[in-house]
Amino acid sequence: MPETIEKVSIQLKVNGKSHSVSVEPRTLLVELLREHLDLTGTHVGCDTTYCGACTVLMNGAAVKSCTMFAVQADGAEITTVEGLEKDGQLHPIQRAFGDAYGLQCGYCTPGFMLSAMQLLAHNQQPSDHDIRKAIAGNTCRCTGYQNIFKAIQLAAQNMKGAR
Amino acid sequence: MYPRAFHYHRAGSLQEAVTMLSQLGDDAKLLAGGQSLIPLMKLRFANPAHLVDLNFVSGTSYIKEENGSLLFGPLTRHAEIENSALAAKIPILHDCAAGIADVQVRNRGTIGGSLAEADPSGDWAVVLMTLSTDVRCLGRNGQRTVALNSFIKDAYTTELAHDELVSEVTVKMPPKGSGGAYLAFKRAAPVYPTASAAVQLTMEGDTCKDAAIALGCVGLTAIKATDAEAALRGKAVTEKSVAAAVEAARTVADPQPDMRGSADYKRTLVGALVKRAIAAAVRRARGEQVEVNHLYA
Ligand SMILES: Cc1cc2nc3c(=O)[nH]c(=O)nc-3n(C[C@H](O)[C@H](O)[C@H](O)COP(=O)(O)OP(=O)(O)OC[C@H]3O[C@@H](n4cnc5c(N)ncnc54)[C@H](O)[C@@H]3O)c2cc1C
Ligand code: FES
Ligand code: FES
Repeated sequence: MPETIEKVSIQLKVNGKSHSVSVEPRTLLVELLREHLDLTGTHVGCDTTYCGACTVLMNGAAVKSCTMFAVQADGAEITTVEGLEKDGQLHPIQRAFGDAYGLQCGYCTPGFMLSAMQLLAHNQQPSDHDIRKAIAGNTCRCTGYQNIFKAIQLAAQNMKGAR
Repeated sequence: MYPRAFHYHRAGSLQEAVTMLSQLGDDAKLLAGGQSLIPLMKLRFANPAHLVDLNFVSGTSYIKEENGSLLFGPLTRHAEIENSALAAKIPILHDCAAGIADVQVRNRGTIGGSLAEADPSGDWAVVLMTLSTDVRCLGRNGQRTVALNSFIKDAYTTELAHDELVSEVTVKMPPKGSGGAYLAFKRAAPVYPTASAAVQLTMEGDTCKDAAIALGCVGLTAIKATDAEAALRGKAVTEKSVAAAVEAARTVADPQPDMRGSADYKRTLVGALVKRAIAAAVRRARGEQVEVNHLYA
């Protein structure tokens, strides 16, 4: 067991805002977001890299924030569910989850929405297979997935219309 | 869950990482994608006192074609391989990359980390064993090249010395008339397969000129099914020769019963996977576009 552990200074952008923080190396990214930056929209479900509730985007790529150290996000841009709405307007993906009843308890929802963000950023017309693959790393204990699937289809349509 | 506290070191180059490993000693570990190591640290099954982070070393994530081989940087993520047109020139590589876990794990996990981890259920070793694959290892005394078959020694055990790292993975382009396919049976995306089979064939008309068959999750390491290969090599691919190959694969499999299924169940699975993978490999060898997806319970 090491005696004294030096903290590490890192800089990162979260939802467009720059932060300079000093963290213990073992601090997980999700812990930095929730405990240090008070962004509690990112949830911890399994804490074992399975459920995807903790999914955030790092430089546009979906990652499980319970399975990254905060020091690894040094210099990165992170997007959490709090960063989806703009000027008080919900993001089309957020609206679609509401309109298509894509959530019940909502615990898994931020993770699903960020997985959908990565998908729709690269693929404006996802096939059924594309959608299933995109959310294969996210678990929902309530909805049975069908409405989540429909919500992402709806979001894809609405976002295409808006472009 | 909190891992035990550790000292964090950020390597600026692969050579510097090697130096750090040799100075810090046995209690130091490399951090690549972290998708095997961090879960183990959170469960406190792994408790390194020092982590040497490779993620900030530039130029370690690439896919290149050179002198008839594909070259992969050690930190090339599964997702980059999945989305690479160059890697898709060897279709079995795409099958492998696209089928590992889920999007989030593929965005982080690396080919170098997978081979170094040598998990008995890991996908890369199974697939790369059916191709001519070399692992470049960088140590204090420079580079050496180790054939994949000698690189993996046992479950979670490789040829790497403590202060040595995987610096590149090279895969020879298969000859003309080749095709391969990789199929796994999984209970869900974010788990390792229950069983898997990789088949790489070189065809001349209906005759199989060469065959490489490897089985995953049914032994302490990936198993090269040499009798199954011999059942096809030099023969026409017919129902009879395929049945012989499947039988030979079932025989050489050495599965352990666990929460994923009984030994018998896995043996049956691996036979069925070999059969389907042969069918897809033959069609691909003929130049057909065949989409291969893992099977889910
Ligand atoms: C939920 C989940 C599901 C998964 N499912 C699958 C699956 O279906 N199939 C599959 O194949 N894998 C699966 N994995 C594992 C995943 O592919 C890992 O990414 C991979 O096994 C390890 O790669 P890494 O880059 O994350 O390595 P790390 O976790 O960073 O490191 C793993 C080990 O290798 C060492 N190491 C890393 N890089 C090097 C290097 N360049 N040279 C020498 N040593 C090195 C580290 O010190 C460590 O001991 C899964 C992981 C998770 C979390
Ligand atoms: S909390 Fe991170 S994957 Fe479940
Ligand atoms: S809505 Fe409850 S877990 Fe998905």
